[in-house]
Amino acid sequence: MYRYDEFDAHFVSARVDQFRDQVQRRLAGDLTEEQFKPLRLMNGVYLQLHAYMLRIAIPYGTLNAVQMRRLAHVARTYDRGYGHFTTRQNIQFNWPRLKDIPEILSQLAEVEMHAIQTSGNCIRNVTADHFSGAAADEILDPRPYAEILRQWSSLHPEFSYLPRKFKIAVTGAPHDRAAVQVHDIGLQAVRDADGNVGFRVFVGGGLGRTPMVGRLVREFLPEADLLAYSEAILRVYNRYGRRDNKYKARIKILVHETGLEELKADIEAEFAEIRDGVLKLPASEIERITTYFDPPAFVAADGDEAVLEAAIAADPQLEAFAARNVHPHRAPGYASLTISLKPIGKAPGDATAEQMEVVADLAERYGHDEIRVSHEQNLVLPHVRRRDIPAIHAALVEAGLGEANAGLVTDIIACPGLDYCALATARSIPVAQRISERFGSPERQREIGDLKIKISGCINACGHHHVGHIGILGVEKKGEEYYQITLGGSADENTSVGEIIGRGFSYDEVVDAIEKVVDTYVGLRETPQEDFLAAYRRVGDQPFKEALYGTA
Amino acid sequence: MAARLYRNGGFVADEWTHLDDEAELPAEGAFVVPLARFLAAAADLPQGVRLAPLVKASDDPASLAGHLAALELVVVDFAKFSDGRGYSTARLLRQRYGFAGEVRASGDVLLDQIPLMRRVGFDAFSVVNEPTIRALEAGHDVDVPLYLQPAERAGEVPAGARYWARRPAGAQLS
Ligand code: HEM
Ligand code: SF4
Repeated sequence: MYRYDEFDAHFVSARVDQFRDQVQRRLAGDLTEEQFKPLRLMNGVYLQLHAYMLRIAIPYGTLNAVQMRRLAHVARTYDRGYGHFTTRQNIQFNWPRLKDIPEILSQLAEVEMHAIQTSGNCIRNVTADHFSGAAADEILDPRPYAEILRQWSSLHPEFSYLPRKFKIAVTGAPHDRAAVQVHDIGLQAVRDADGNVGFRVFVGGGLGRTPMVGRLVREFLPEADLLAYSEAILRVYNRYGRRDNKYKARIKILVHETGLEELKADIEAEFAEIRDGVLKLPASEIERITTYFDPPAFVAADGDEAVLEAAIAADPQLEAFAARNVHPHRAPGYASLTISLKPIGKAPGDATAEQMEVVADLAERYGHDEIRVSHEQNLVLPHVRRRDIPAIHAALVEAGLGEANAGLVTDIIACPGLDYCALATARSIPVAQRISERFGSPERQREIGDLKIKISGCINACGHHHVGHIGILGVEKKGEEYYQITLGGSADENTSVGEIIGRGFSYDEVVDAIEKVVDTYVGLRETPQEDFLAAYRRVGDQPFKEALYGTA
Repeated sequence: MAARLYRNGGFVADEWTHLDDEAELPAEGAFVVPLARFLAAAADLPQGVRLAPLVKASDDPASLAGHLAALELVVVDFAKFSDGRGYSTARLLRQRYGFAGEVRASGDVLLDQIPLMRRVGFDAFSVVNEPTIRALEAGHDVDVPLYLQPAERAGEVPAGARYWARRPAGAQLS
């Protein structure tokens, strides 16, 4: 894991002092709310429906037990005993008081955490595959590059007042678990024929009211050019991105309106000017950062697998957990575990202080002190010995975290919606809870198989509904909540934006409608292995339309 | 309210007068004029007139490239503090075109943006906002004096082990 050196420690604490001073000047009236807003946003502080909200960065989703315990402490001391893990590998607290926030930030700084650039029109927290450094299919660990990008983008003097927010995601595996194609810059690490590291670069992905899939602008960007090329993209965006309309201000619109070829030429021209300058990354520096992420010493032994198999044979609940929440690891005898934050009928992504502490203990005891936050709003123990899975599972069940539903129909992503969010047009969490209850039986979920449902409470699409296999968008019609259903979205290496199936459904009807869609799929799939997305891509929307609206 | 000029840690008198497109150019003096007017007039200036361009957020500094060697001052206007284009403008003037004269920020210039402005190459600030003037007069510095990327301010030096880390000259990692 990355560790702060003296420089980072001073940097983060100076930043806290700076914000403390800004809060004081705001309270004294020297800063207007309009002037203060970008300052607080760049420190993670939102103003919400009921209160301030604090969003804390978990860079590329990696944290350790001490950090997790500190989050639990913040939840208990300054919030209502829980926190909310988000789709961009952050954690949000929904109830802190503004006057406490500098103190919270300073307690976080003690454990090498911060809230820098988790909001605002700047380069946001850089995200990465939650199985980085562990996944069996990985080409290389993308986190050193994410860390280099995090550093370069922190308090960047030229790019702190961009037209709009700017999100970067990195993956090091061919199977994209980081949704890189729906980010402003998406990077996929690859190796060329000689083993050199580089990136496939996507630009202009994004969701919101105009969903767009990122466009490939570079097949192979050498690793040494990562920062210079990123700076070139950002400079072009900062200068030419639209500022007249905040709904047209993301780089995706610039790509769309300028045209890919012309924008690519602008980026390349800018890059040509700076590529051999001070941003060129020396191999020695990449190596130095990479050593922070060296894998732990793995110690599996013969007989481990037998221990796990015997436990599975004796415990159907464990069997279900092993089938869904255990993922292949590159080291023999190891696995990555998903800890579901989607217990049946609960708010997706929420964890109590006690649950955070249980996860911290497990990470320390069994997981080489590493925890990840996934963009699916779950937690991950990336490195566990397969032999230890039964013990971990038992502890998770006890803490209410043992749900064996990773990737299943109840593993729903939902934004905060009308329960918390000032922009919402409809509730989303209660819809997620009701769907989860409807499909809650373990047998039924497993029979349905891989299925991603994503729910947003308004067109801003925080819940990623556009890229849900089934997406649900809450809208308002004549003072009532209505839900539009989209089918066929995906955020992996074959990213696609879902299509609206037809007229929306009321709050009362929407769960039945989803059930019809799911039952229709189960009825028409060719084999149980043909998942929802594959089936939809094969048959199109007609059978689903008929099921929902009849043949008329 | 009149703008006050902040440079090198203190408020100083401003010898430059702003003229818009309509105002007639006096026979002598130092004047800041909109970029287009500057470009039209620069080739053929009366003796005794010094001219500097006012560059708006949407203006392209490339158009100044041929003039910079002879220029003392470029003023970059911030109509709104939240419009960040001026940061790229200043940086291009320094980094790309090697401009060594004064780069001055004017308009909605506020205390909390000044540290970033300094780093992209601004070295003078024309300030109207009263709390900002008060804070600057009191020597209230709001910088995070450690930087994670090289930029354009003269005198920043490497800090710590990372080759891209910087700090202001003279400051220590206290
Ligand atoms: C509760 C208060 C929240 C507010 C007011 C809010 C506001 C917004 C707005 C206005 C947008 C659209 C931005 C644009 O496309 O230009 C947006 C997008 C987004 N938000 Fe939120 N959000 C909130 C909570 C969350 C939460 C809890 C998450 C994560 C679970 C989240 C994740 C995202 C994501 C991933 C996007 C889509 C980014 C894209 O378009 O690529 N937001 N949010
Ligand atoms: S999608 Fe809309 S309702 Fe949901 S969190 Fe985002 S802004 Fe709020």
